Amino acid sequence: MEQPVTSLETGTNAIILRLEGGHWFQNKMRGIGIREQKIIRLVAKHPFNGPLVVEVDGREVTIGRRMAEHIITRVPE
Amino acid sequence: MKKIVLMGNPNVGKSVVFSRLTGANVIASNYPGTTVDFSKGKMCLGKEGHEIIDAPGTYSLEPSNKAEEVALEMFGQADLVINVADATNLERNLYLTLQLLEQKKPVILALNMWDEAHHTGIKIDVKKLENELRIPVVPTVALSGEGIFDLVSRIEEARSPEEIEPMNESDRWIKIGEIIRNVQQVTHRHHTLRDWISEASIRPLTGFPIALGVIFAALWLVIFIGETLITYIFDPLFSLYTPLAMGISTWLGPGFLQALLIGKLIDGQIDYIQSMGLLTTGIYVPFAMVLPYIVAFYSVLAVFEDSGYLPRLATLTDTIFHRFGLHGFGIIPVFLGLGCNVPGILAARSLETKKQRFIAATLIAISVPCMAKNAMVFGILGQYGTGYIILVFATLFFVFVASGLILNRFVRGDSPEICLEIPPYRKPDTVTVLKKTWMRIRWFLQEAIPFLFLGVLLINVLYTIGFVEWFGSIFAPVIQGWFGLPKEATTALLIGFLRKDLAVGMLLPLGMSPLQLVIATTLLTIYFPCVGTFAVMFRELGIRDMIKATAFMAGTAFVVGGAMRLVLLGI
Repeated sequence: MEQPVTSLETGTNAIILRLEGGHWFQNKMRGIGIREQKIIRLVAKHPFNGPLVVEVDGREVTIGRRMAEHIITRVPE
Repeated sequence: MKKIVLMGNPNVGKSVVFSRLTGANVIASNYPGTTVDFSKGKMCLGKEGHEIIDAPGTYSLEPSNKAEEVALEMFGQADLVINVADATNLERNLYLTLQLLEQKKPVILALNMWDEAHHTGIKIDVKKLENELRIPVVPTVALSGEGIFDLVSRIEEARSPEEIEPMNESDRWIKIGEIIRNVQQVTHRHHTLRDWISEASIRPLTGFPIALGVIFAALWLVIFIGETLITYIFDPLFSLYTPLAMGISTWLGPGFLQALLIGKLIDGQIDYIQSMGLLTTGIYVPFAMVLPYIVAFYSVLAVFEDSGYLPRLATLTDTIFHRFGLHGFGIIPVFLGLGCNVPGILAARSLETKKQRFIAATLIAISVPCMAKNAMVFGILGQYGTGYIILVFATLFFVFVASGLILNRFVRGDSPEICLEIPPYRKPDTVTVLKKTWMRIRWFLQEAIPFLFLGVLLINVLYTIGFVEWFGSIFAPVIQGWFGLPKEATTALLIGFLRKDLAVGMLLPLGMSPLQLVIATTLLTIYFPCVGTFAVMFRELGIRDMIKATAFMAGTAFVVGGAMRLVLLGI
């Protein structure tokens, strides 16, 4: 099932399928390591629409909620 | 003479490599965005001298903030590039490497943090990587100096390979994928205690209690170190100095020189805070009152910076800072501003938009008191009780929150979301921490002493020519009527433009009640920035925004001062 990172359970791994957004957003995400086909793990989700902490390639990155909503993933069976 | 520029992703250790190459010291820390400006140094290769430039970190050649714009500008001037990459994160770092190579400038690649890559089970075949990129590749550990000699001896081999053609973004990633498959092997590693602490300190449920604990511990440590230094080192030193100063005073006899060098004697004795002489207050304030806290603050800050905790704190504060039109990274300029507003406002360069930078700079100038001023507040209000000190900081905190909410509402522009890399925790190295603290202390002494002397001199002149009396009566309606302070406090506010610490000292002889002192010291933070802060705001924001910020500060001072009079003095 395709779902944005925001709806993953904390601690789960998923594969990044697409980055939905403009050139600037895609560039920024890829530059910081968040790219298609990478395994992403949700480390923490902050309340009150706060940021998410994700891990890709052993590196943690904090990203805003709206950015995370545009990272579409699939949890492997 | 060639211009050699250090380029690389944020937080890969460019500044440490720079220090190693040039022997010049620059501030390096464990968080992305430490370097926001370039530094220049010199290095000799054979007989020829070269200029080395340390540029801010950037993920690509398309800048997304002011610091990255500086990096791009430096790249434009480069004759040769040392590309510093993080060996623990090679894949992502290679994106910039390819972009640099496409620009046809000679490049040499330093694979920094080689030791950490080894420990985390990452193996990189350097020879194969050289073949893939067709440029020299040198593994380095800049912190220990390992590999730096190799790097220097191979700089002249730097080249721009013809094989690498300009390509688009997705081709670049495809190429990087091929390279990585060829040169890198990663062995799976188990979660360590470090990972566990890392996650506990960034998750909301555990992170907030940890943050509170850490901040209180840091605060306690700063005050403890500061007080200890004063009680056991600086005050005893000045007790030894007093007979000498009294001797000079007697030898000079009453007159202009005595007034200037020693100042007013209080009950026939030197009072280091109130006398206002160059050889008394002029050296006591910077050395015995402010310096101990500067030492305390910057040593604690250095440990904070090098541990890697700050980006985690930025994550935790993100939600709140969004209400102020900033995002979590805003906590970093605020923290630096607690030492001195100038580096705090400079650090705002890592924020993406003009709106964010304006709000960050204004909030720092209006409600983040620098350590020099804090030290004086501790020294002067401390004798009446801790409650008064807390009152000052609680008011400033309230001003910070209220101003943030207001500015966010009325300043036009975007407030983008946070996108911040969290570095691994690293154990701060004692020598590095001491070196960095020493650099900042030296910077404080160089900046503060001339202005303090100028301030003391100016106070003497202003009193002699009767300016104080005249100036005080002009502003009497505001100062006396609205703020409930004695009219002589006007001069302190005037001197506050030069040095806020000295201005706090000037309040003491006015015989104010503790609550009046609370109002006056709080206003000294809010009303106007000091000259150094003023200059950096002008440089970073431009004249129009600086005037806007200053007007906002004056307006806030007026409102807050009046409110404090009503609440605290009840008149």
